[in-house]
Amino acid sequence: MAEAGKGAFFDVDGTLVRTNIVHAFAWYAMNQGSIFGTAWHTARTLASVPLFWASDKVNRKAFNELFYGYYKGQSEDRLLVLAEELFEESLRPAIYPGAPRLLDEARRAGCRIVLCTGALDFTMRPLARHFGADDLIANRMHFVDGVATGRVVPPIVEGAHKALAIRDYCLREGLALDRSHAFSDSFSDYPMLAVVGHPTAVNPDLRLRNVARAYEWPIIHTTQG
Amino acid sequence: MRSPSKLGRTNEATGQIVTIERDSPPRVLFSGEDLLVEDLPVGTKVIYPRPPVEGLPNVKSAIRWALNHPEGCDPLHAQLRPGMKVTIAVDDISLPLPPMRTPDVRQLVLEIVLELLADSGVDDVHLVVAIALHRRMTEAEIRRMVGPKVFEAFWPDRLYNHDAEDPDGLSLLGTTDHGEKVILNRRAAESDLVVYVNLNLVPMDGGHKSLGTGLTSYEGVKAHHEPHTIRKSWSYMDPPRSALHHSVDRIGRLVDEHVNVFHVETTINNRMFDGPLDFLMKREEDFVEMDRLKLEGMRAALRNLPRAAKRKMFQAVPAAYDVIAVHAGRTEPAHRRILEKSYQQYLVDVDFQADVLVYGIPYISPYNVNSILNPLLVQVMACGYFFNFYRGKPLVKQGGTLIVTHPCSDEFDPEHHPSYIEFFHRLLPETRDAVVLERKYEREFAENPAYVHMYRTGHAYHGAHPFFMWYWGENGRQHLGRIIAVGADNEHVPRLMGWESAGTLSEAIDMARSTHGRGAQIAMLHHPPIVMTQNPG
Repeated sequence: MAEAGKGAFFDVDGTLVRTNIVHAFAWYAMNQGSIFGTAWHTARTLASVPLFWASDKVNRKAFNELFYGYYKGQSEDRLLVLAEELFEESLRPAIYPGAPRLLDEARRAGCRIVLCTGALDFTMRPLARHFGADDLIANRMHFVDGVATGRVVPPIVEGAHKALAIRDYCLREGLALDRSHAFSDSFSDYPMLAVVGHPTAVNPDLRLRNVARAYEWPIIHTTQG
Repeated sequence: MRSPSKLGRTNEATGQIVTIERDSPPRVLFSGEDLLVEDLPVGTKVIYPRPPVEGLPNVKSAIRWALNHPEGCDPLHAQLRPGMKVTIAVDDISLPLPPMRTPDVRQLVLEIVLELLADSGVDDVHLVVAIALHRRMTEAEIRRMVGPKVFEAFWPDRLYNHDAEDPDGLSLLGTTDHGEKVILNRRAAESDLVVYVNLNLVPMDGGHKSLGTGLTSYEGVKAHHEPHTIRKSWSYMDPPRSALHHSVDRIGRLVDEHVNVFHVETTINNRMFDGPLDFLMKREEDFVEMDRLKLEGMRAALRNLPRAAKRKMFQAVPAAYDVIAVHAGRTEPAHRRILEKSYQQYLVDVDFQADVLVYGIPYISPYNVNSILNPLLVQVMACGYFFNFYRGKPLVKQGGTLIVTHPCSDEFDPEHHPSYIEFFHRLLPETRDAVVLERKYEREFAENPAYVHMYRTGHAYHGAHPFFMWYWGENGRQHLGRIIAVGADNEHVPRLMGWESAGTLSEAIDMARSTHGRGAQIAMLHHPPIVMTQNPG
């Protein structure tokens, strides 16, 4: 019997790129057509940053729900255009120097490359294309008549749901979970790391570093080329 | 008139083998970063290293002489022409052990060779550290090895570590008639001349092993670092009887067909310790009061220090090696000359095989300079290196018992040896069978992107390296009946490696005697410094 394939699942923010979705959102907010609109969104965004930060630390799910609400009322085609600009202006310069090499090493090992992120799919697509990723697991914005409702199509991809999404993906695509790899920088991605056979902590935060040491997971850095 | 036993002692006073008598002093054994002082049973034969061979009086002139009088080819200066592309490869930090005092002999050779190249108008010169699948040397380690002058001139663009995983940095030269793929660093393969600067610590090193292994890829190393080849290597220190070296030689000869290689081989004596540690160079019979004081002082200090501090202390002391030979030219004839000198330093003739062999495992191996001797490396030292320190017949009989002293702590360096941890704790509980391990798991580890990334950008050994370490002990494991670890601080490490445990050396000897009888011949290899036995049978 032929051996099942394997996947390499990469978190994005802090793992492959320097930025995080707060920055991406701020960039969006500041590209709102009129001067007054931009000023208003910018002020609102800046005022919300401490709230985002606090909710991110307490509960990633609550953070995501709060955060995506800010897209309400924006048109889909505009968001798609902005996503391309977001990539060129914000994401591409923020790619860690070691990230392309890590992806290349996973590809050479015969892994299917999948980005797995809590960001919105349309913001991540240009990055996935740039990395030559085979697939993208990300949150999807709910649109009605081409206008964002500010709600994300459930379940929100974060924490434990990332693990479920990876498991479902492997099942669907005929990949072996125990032969697959996962890479993340954050303790909030512990479920995603624990669900695969080969977890790796990348530029880990303190909690993930401690967990990685305890479970003897490799710790790597993409911040250097 | 002196009794026969007294006469025997007179003879032994100048020989390298001491037989333990009732009134013999206890012996000093390494046990990791500790020193044990143990009484051995009467009749035990203790084999000591030879005294250090006298060093060359002027190493620089010896290097110049070797470059001007090479074996089997034109002198180096006659091979140079302006504008040619030259790559100089150097051995990495795994040689010698411990690292030698500065200036390292590689620095001396490099300074002379580079001057010669500059004088001949050769500017396109790269220096590559031949790490193979070892960890990348740090900037500070490379600076220490090549010296500040060379470092400042070449680092980092023209002085760097070889990368065995660089998809664009390797070249397939061909395949030997035994099917071994010959893969070489692309820069070296495309050079008009490759100069290899080697440092032979033991007869296993050097020769075709330098280039063919040091500058190849995982696939290249795998050609001979596999269980079946290792099982046919009797021993690594005797290249004509080592299947590993037969393979390495086939690969090297094919390299020679494609690349013009000029080999500079050097070797050193065994002056590992001096100053406060010089008593370790003596046999215990020759200890004077000062030696006993140094020993006790050292033991007292070690008793009260945490292990990490002891490790730092030992690793901070470089060895006072002297260079005893330099030869250059074509790889094989130059290597032959070096081997003669190396054997002169290390070989001690014996005419027996023991039932029980005892040796201490020190704090260092080729793979943990500035790091931890983890359990897998303890195994490599016990069943790989020290077991293989023989020519002819092994010092211990087939089915004999090996007793080693080491705490066998379950401690790994996650930066240098990440894949070792997974190998030890995930694979060894499943099987110790080298062939099964190779078939089921080696490629998975070798291709693990995390391990590849750590090898290429950090200071980690290659993902496949723990497998090679396990295979390295394969001929020892196949030959030995029992292995007993004395003083292990846990039960599971010896057990995972298939070893038994004993609290004390005398308990271990009793256990061995239960297999071999009261009259079992016991031998001890008293190292470091390095000693090898020669028993043509």
